[in-house]
Amino acid sequence: MSTMKTLHNTDTAPDNSGTVRRAFIKSLPVMAGYIVLGTGFGILAYSKGLGLIWPVLMSIFIYAGSMQYVAVGLLSSGAGFITLALTALAVNARHLLYGISMLDKYKDSGRKKPYLVFSLTDETYSLLVREDENKRNNNPGFYLLVSLFDQCYWVLGSIIGVAAGRFIPINTKGIDFSLTALFITVAVDQWCEGKKHWPAIAGALSAVICRLIFGPDSFLIPTMLAIVIVLSAPDIFERIRSRRRKGAGNE
Amino acid sequence: MNNTYIFIGILIIAAVTIALRALPFLVFSGKRKAPQFITKLSSLLPYAVMGMLVVFCLKDISFTSVGTFLPELISAALVAAVHLWKHNTILSIVAGTVCYMLLVQLVFV
Repeated sequence: MSTMKTLHNTDTAPDNSGTVRRAFIKSLPVMAGYIVLGTGFGILAYSKGLGLIWPVLMSIFIYAGSMQYVAVGLLSSGAGFITLALTALAVNARHLLYGISMLDKYKDSGRKKPYLVFSLTDETYSLLVREDENKRNNNPGFYLLVSLFDQCYWVLGSIIGVAAGRFIPINTKGIDFSLTALFITVAVDQWCEGKKHWPAIAGALSAVICRLIFGPDSFLIPTMLAIVIVLSAPDIFERIRSRRRKGAGNE
Repeated sequence: MNNTYIFIGILIIAAVTIALRALPFLVFSGKRKAPQFITKLSSLLPYAVMGMLVVFCLKDISFTSVGTFLPELISAALVAAVHLWKHNTILSIVAGTVCYMLLVQLVFV
């Protein structure tokens, strides 16, 4: 509901329907994924006793796929509020980076900015981070429509999911593996397109080591610290070396 | 489950998530540019974080009995294999999830 309002209040409603069509086409790769994953989330949330309404509200106001899956487990086991906040911090900290790499892109988006920032999920980010070959697709109005389409798919999937959980008796044990599968596909895609593989290995290895040291419930935050340190290490070494070289030149 | 508890819980998660998404835009708005150090880090981090998230999802496996790690490993391998083969995200996810559900519901009960 709130998202629809955003669309009408801002003057994004484009003068040519071409923008809507192009934004819809751009969002297609995310459509099937979000509907399926949203459905999985809805079924899972309903099966854990979150009812019909809460899962849908989560998809509207949290709108962070992996965290919503994790949240179902936490809420249904009655986790404390501090645990909820810290887990959200750990699982969603990567959004900081999305924001940083979109700073320029969203700079002059005016009234569209709040929703663009709010709806910057992994998938929307992956659609919008690269410059589009079509120049007409590189403006805030287009970004807003793509973001909005994506969230509609996600909410729609959640509604289908809770309805399926409510009306179709299925044994849902193991459905949470869909999240693992999603991350594996993204990791495989990244592996195939990227030239450098060491960041992925560093991330997985840091997580395995921290999991062994800190146990399954509190290793995310140490892992993230380790990752930041490991990833910035080459840069720091380079800086120290160049400073030394400069120092030697001055003597 | 208590509705007030769920409501506050959802509110907290939403607030943290929104704060994380908005923070870069609040800190580096206007003339202040993100330092090169940060932008460089942000180009590498998505790869590392995805590696971390895969491990995070598999955090509860243990090697004490076959039923507590084989379903995960078989299904994870299937997802990777199907994805390398077809590069179709939905197909890979559905194949892996159905495989996992069958394994934990029928084979390793």
